[in-house]
Amino acid sequence: MIKEFENFKGFSAKKLPLAEPIASGHRACQGCGEVLALRLAMKAIGMNSIVVSATGCMEIITSTFPHTAWNVPWIHVAFENAAAVASGVEAALKVLMRKGKIPQKHIDVVAIGGDGATADIGLQALSGAMERGHDFVYICLDNEAYMNTGVQRSSSTPYGAMTTTSPPGKKSFGQATKKKNVPAIAVAHNIPYVATASPAYFLDLMNKAKKAALVKGPAYLHIYSSCPTGWRHGGDLAIEISKLAVETNVFPLYEVIEGNYIINRKITKPKPVAEYLKKQGRFRHLTDDIIAEIQRQVDEEYDKLLKLAGETA
Amino acid sequence: MAKRIGMEVSIAASEAVKLADVDLIAAYPITPQTHIVEHLAEVVADGELDAAFVPVESEHSAMSCCIGSSAAGARTFTASSSQGLALMHEMLFIAPAMRLPIVMVVANRALSGPISIWNDHSDIMAEQDIAWIQTFAENGQEVFDLVLHAFRVAEDSKVLLPMIVNMDGFTLSHVIEPIEILDKAEVDKYLPPYKPKVRLDPRKPVSMGLVGVPEIYTEAKKATNEALINSKKVVVKAWKEFGDLFGRYYNPVESYKTEGAEVILITMGSISETAMTAIDKMREKGLPVGLVRFRLWKPFPATEFKKAIAGAQTLAVVDRALSPGGACGPVAEEIKAALYAERGRPKVFNFIAGLGGRDVTVENFEEIVSRAFTYAKKRPKQLYEMIGVREI
Repeated sequence: MIKEFENFKGFSAKKLPLAEPIASGHRACQGCGEVLALRLAMKAIGMNSIVVSATGCMEIITSTFPHTAWNVPWIHVAFENAAAVASGVEAALKVLMRKGKIPQKHIDVVAIGGDGATADIGLQALSGAMERGHDFVYICLDNEAYMNTGVQRSSSTPYGAMTTTSPPGKKSFGQATKKKNVPAIAVAHNIPYVATASPAYFLDLMNKAKKAALVKGPAYLHIYSSCPTGWRHGGDLAIEISKLAVETNVFPLYEVIEGNYIINRKITKPKPVAEYLKKQGRFRHLTDDIIAEIQRQVDEEYDKLLKLAGETA
Repeated sequence: MAKRIGMEVSIAASEAVKLADVDLIAAYPITPQTHIVEHLAEVVADGELDAAFVPVESEHSAMSCCIGSSAAGARTFTASSSQGLALMHEMLFIAPAMRLPIVMVVANRALSGPISIWNDHSDIMAEQDIAWIQTFAENGQEVFDLVLHAFRVAEDSKVLLPMIVNMDGFTLSHVIEPIEILDKAEVDKYLPPYKPKVRLDPRKPVSMGLVGVPEIYTEAKKATNEALINSKKVVVKAWKEFGDLFGRYYNPVESYKTEGAEVILITMGSISETAMTAIDKMREKGLPVGLVRFRLWKPFPATEFKKAIAGAQTLAVVDRALSPGGACGPVAEEIKAALYAERGRPKVFNFIAGLGGRDVTVENFEEIVSRAFTYAKKRPKQLYEMIGVREI
């Protein structure tokens, strides 16, 4: 058990924090699951924080000069370096407090990035920051492609998905590679807290964001972030699809606390993956054999997770 | 009281950083810069300097970390070279746009390929448009003095721009020279504590690094450029104050034996000292030659330069970097552009020398000057020429 968690009882629906580190009136698409996830996470972390943002959707929709949606201090530098910038902020705060140059009061440093900024171009910076043990929270808002530049594939794009650079065609069924497991990479850095979360399970998400902030040292949160524009689904379906991702075991919710896997929502009777796929235009082209292959992969990955958590189906 | 001691120039650079009481150093190893940050890691480990030493996983992250640190309000330092500086490239533009007074020592080294660890200026000349203030040191004492000067200028509320002190890799970074090291009380008289105007602080939230739409991008670039141009006043004032306190005076452009010179050599960095020896030798023979060298490179000190070369008919500009496919080397290009509109401007001939660690000797300078005298009478066919090339 992590000491910092002892006094945290968890949020309840009746007593949600009133803090809004991100103001409404930003420029996100209608029905964006990503900004919802970010708002919930930041509500949980609170106002005593500094946010470092990678280039991407969440950066451009909140910060078009002369406007800003941020009620907490916020900095954007570039695409691949949110974790490195956050290490600078965190190390600087620590030394400035030690030298008495700023008040001795803990400030949560939060780095945010999309899946491209995390799994691809920023993976090295993230690895470096986690390895060095900076006390910060890294939030990957995973919408499974480069949405800001127009839906190009990333290493986090799921098998079979259509993107503009993994288009289905006569010789292609879309993305032909498996999604990179970034939470496992984070776990391999022996950091104290890793978790997956989904805005469809908002209390779970907020509790995890709070725990990530409470824990000393690096914490990694991987949040499922549906994208109506890139996934080609209705703007009213963000929560429904996010829920289905969990209920089909496509995106299981778990925590890894000091290396120990805990499945937070064990799905004993998972719904068929096809139910999840059919709601999204990005999977519309898939044939039955590819859908069967996706089902096989999802089952296989879930079995691996069960083993890691020491559980059985 | 200041002490004059024999010391490796890299160590002197880090001693200056220590005396500046920096809060954070982010660094990644690259030859020939490594001794600077190794020594800083040591003084932090020994508790001689209370600072965060962040051993980042790349130079890109080094500059990113410095940007985060400076934005949080910490006095921030890094050092780099060559490939490392090139890897930082993307980040270098962003630090001045955010008006963050980071100080960096660049131990100048050739860029690959072919890979070379040795000295020239190709690394820094690839970073001409980054909007950092840049100075060039000629010797170890200057490196020490210019590092302190850099913190003073960069953090001045009228400036707030990052600053690079260039020193030649190996020929400066790895040599032992007698250097006068100031004591803490003396440095404190010159360098006040850094008081950032804006910092990332939850008590007073600000947003930094916002999207610059077409309606504002041009104005943002103009503002940074004006800050860079106007920084020259502070650069000069801070040198004057340094001189008044410690007796060593520096200028953006320095002249050596230019009285009555028909041909003036133009150099930058440590080869200037060899050039002075060459000038002495040539003057003894009765040749009307002099030397002008840049200590301030950016913002380009055009006024001071024009004053320094006034009266000369011919300039022999020595570049230590090649601008492939271009009209001439980067220093000559800047000089030609600055002089073009001048009435009675001198003829400018450009010589590329000392690439990838090749020595530039007294004889090379004599050859350059002799060619400049010849070309003054009969214009050469080529736009520039490379000196000391081995021909088959």
